[in-house]
Amino acid sequence: MKIFRSSKVIETLMIAALLFALGTANVFAAKQEPKQKNIILATTTSTQDTGLLDVLIPLFEKETGYFVKTIAVGSGQAMAMGQKGEADVLLVHSPDAEKKFMDEGNGLNRRLVMHNDFIIVGPGSDPAKIKAMKSSADALKSIAKANALFMSRGDNSGTNAKEKTLWKRAQINPEGQKWYQQTGLGMGQTLNVAAEKKGYTLADRGTYLALKKNLGLDILVEGDAALLNIYHVMEVNVAKWPKVNISGAKAFADFMVSKRIQAIIKTFGTDKYGSPLFFPDAGKKVEDLGK
Amino acid sequence: MELIVQGIIKAFELIISFDPEVLGITWLSLKISGTATFISLLIGVSTGTAVALTNFRGKKLVISLINTGMGLPPVVVGLFVTIMIWRNGPLGFLEILYTPYAMIVAQAIIATPIVMGISLAAIQNLSPNLRLQILSLGAGSLQMVWVLIKEAKLPLLAAVMAGFGGVISEVGASIMVGGNIKGYSRVLTTATVMETGKGNFDIAIALGIILLILAFLVNFLLTQIQQRQQAR
Amino acid sequence: MTEKSIIEVKNLIVQRGKVTVLDIRELSVGQGRSLSLIGPNGAGKSTLLLTLAGLLPLNKGLLLFAGKPVNDRTSLAMLRRNAAVVFQEPLLLNDTVYNNVALGLKFRHVSSGEISRSVDEVLNYFGITHLVKRSAKTLSGGEAKRVSLARAFAIKPRLILLDESFNALDPPSREAIISDLQNILEQTKITAVLALHDREDTLRLAQDVAVMSAGKIAQYGTTAQVFNHPDNEFVANFVGTESILEGIVKTVSPDGMVMVAIDGKIVEAVGRFCAGQKVYCCMRPENVTISNNIQGKISARNVFDARVNKMIRQGFLYKLILDCGFPLVAYITPPSCEDLGLKEGVRVMASFKATAVHLMKREK
Repeated sequence: MKIFRSSKVIETLMIAALLFALGTANVFAAKQEPKQKNIILATTTSTQDTGLLDVLIPLFEKETGYFVKTIAVGSGQAMAMGQKGEADVLLVHSPDAEKKFMDEGNGLNRRLVMHNDFIIVGPGSDPAKIKAMKSSADALKSIAKANALFMSRGDNSGTNAKEKTLWKRAQINPEGQKWYQQTGLGMGQTLNVAAEKKGYTLADRGTYLALKKNLGLDILVEGDAALLNIYHVMEVNVAKWPKVNISGAKAFADFMVSKRIQAIIKTFGTDKYGSPLFFPDAGKKVEDLGK
Repeated sequence: MELIVQGIIKAFELIISFDPEVLGITWLSLKISGTATFISLLIGVSTGTAVALTNFRGKKLVISLINTGMGLPPVVVGLFVTIMIWRNGPLGFLEILYTPYAMIVAQAIIATPIVMGISLAAIQNLSPNLRLQILSLGAGSLQMVWVLIKEAKLPLLAAVMAGFGGVISEVGASIMVGGNIKGYSRVLTTATVMETGKGNFDIAIALGIILLILAFLVNFLLTQIQQRQQAR
Repeated sequence: MTEKSIIEVKNLIVQRGKVTVLDIRELSVGQGRSLSLIGPNGAGKSTLLLTLAGLLPLNKGLLLFAGKPVNDRTSLAMLRRNAAVVFQEPLLLNDTVYNNVALGLKFRHVSSGEISRSVDEVLNYFGITHLVKRSAKTLSGGEAKRVSLARAFAIKPRLILLDESFNALDPPSREAIISDLQNILEQTKITAVLALHDREDTLRLAQDVAVMSAGKIAQYGTTAQVFNHPDNEFVANFVGTESILEGIVKTVSPDGMVMVAIDGKIVEAVGRFCAGQKVYCCMRPENVTISNNIQGKISARNVFDARVNKMIRQGFLYKLILDCGFPLVAYITPPSCEDLGLKEGVRVMASFKATAVHLMKREK
């Protein structure tokens, strides 16, 4: 007998659920900003962790009316997002990977924004005796020789890419060594792990300075030309991914290299850390940096 | 130890001074997780009840699936939702990735099986004759379902608590689909992760404490209601 | 039955999975009648009640309410709105007594004033007005039972379906509830189908009885018919072995001896009754003595010439169905049986003491 089935119950519930879903969808539709307002900025953690973006983004939004969604991930992941068209503009620091990204036609208009430098930090006891070494390669060799603990990001970020390049230059393959450990974490957390375990690590100066107070890690090697940390801005290729907000991306990239913002970058962090965290480089050539 | 004390002091500073950023983050956490829990309640209770009250082929399989869903790893949900709603994904036209709406969706997906599973068990635990008794008193199907839900309201409140507790403390999916955007999709958990990353342990601890207080308050409130119901 | 039928089934088959749990060719309960379903556990009494309430799907056959077939949503709703089921468990909601009793009325969107009046009335009827504000979860078994009865009667049903449910109660509450139920059934003349365990309850609450066995109705008739003239061995065994006879008190002597007229015969009994009262006379078979002829030595007050209608072997005993002008059941051992040369059709003397007769007040 059909009448005994509870199908009516389900029907009613389903209709209720559907109505609710429609209601929610309406809210979504109503609240959604116009498409072209949103810019997805995929960037490295260091720009967020230092607080630089917290200063720049509100300025940009106020001036242009765009809304920037900052997704702070490693440079590697940021470029992976760009490669899939899931970001509009990238602010990253992994030059070799960036070149590959550009060569594959994923990006447009790669422009130099700023640099700071990487430093090798470690415990004050300095078991590998690398303090004040001029060459990063020599320092890494000493670390390897002393079997001193080295914490790697291991997350394909810009810093991690730089670190891999440095090992290559030192002609050492640290992979699988007992003293070489990968955290898989961001810069800040990796610094904390290194501090806890009294190990060495490679860090960008900005993040290090921002975190210095709680760490107990010293700068041991700095100033090597190989340690330059260079940030570029790139727009994601709209020809490849039509949904990219190219005008927004271009506006943000232009903003980053504008004179006024470059001036802000130049002084950012001075009040808090005593020295600037980044050096503005718009319009310069990579070859001239650090000279 | 000093760090923890510092964190606690900082937490009270932030709370007492009504720090607008912290307040905003807290309010957003409540709104997002509250909405997600509400949605999961609508879907979870209705579906759970429907599954409990109907007999169909494969019912056992469906119940097993729901119970498995109660333990859905948030990051898996985050990944799945991200793939569905990113620009070039099947639901990309909605353009909700890196919005609070995406977080609500992800959290609702996490909470729904929890609410559904508990509702299902709650309704199944009622005497099978109760349903017939209610029908025999002249109830329509909807009236019957409503009375059953009301009768199971204590375990259903537990479902709300479990669902809300699950999503307010969840970080993996929220950071993936929300992006931890300042003032927009930054909630207590994602902010805690970020501040930890930045080495601002005091703020991280403060946020953690606020999260705990919040979870405690909500559960305390619901427990109060539950106890009062029981005592009556 | 001459009354208009309220609930009726025809060629009913109900299956659970592939097992047939009900197979009833015909059953009809007339307006104002009260039918008791008796039978062993698993005979299908509860299933039949649920089916009559329109709560279980029929696999085959027809269900009629007030003469109209129940075969679509409208007629089903009609049946459900007019029938009230009282289950074995009280099945009260976790709410106040008031809200529990008001439940059926709320489903009918009755105005709150009306609800309040009906609830007061029915609570009063079951003597539980003082419980109105109590939480259902704090009630005793007897109180909960009364609330569930009140809830069913609150909707003023045309048909009440009651599943046997008094056994769990302590004897005083049980007695009190049955007595109240007896009164309300008599006063409201509501049609009732009751699944009962107890023959005595059946006598008190019902006029008709259907003996069920394995999903079928083994015998259906008035209580007197079924209890005294079982159609077959199953019914005979199940309805118990007590002879229950309808009688009228003729005279009462000052020393408490009561003369009861049964089918023209006079049975002597003991009890506090007055002349003209309608009674049931119950005689247990083990109290009946069988002998060949009057040998002048029988001290029993009641001695009757009887014909052996039936001999049923029952364990170590024979059960005799006797006709003394009224039906009477007796037990006898096989050796005595041989001694007396008993077989069906022979005549014997049946005797029992006046104190062995149990008298019960009879309303109908």
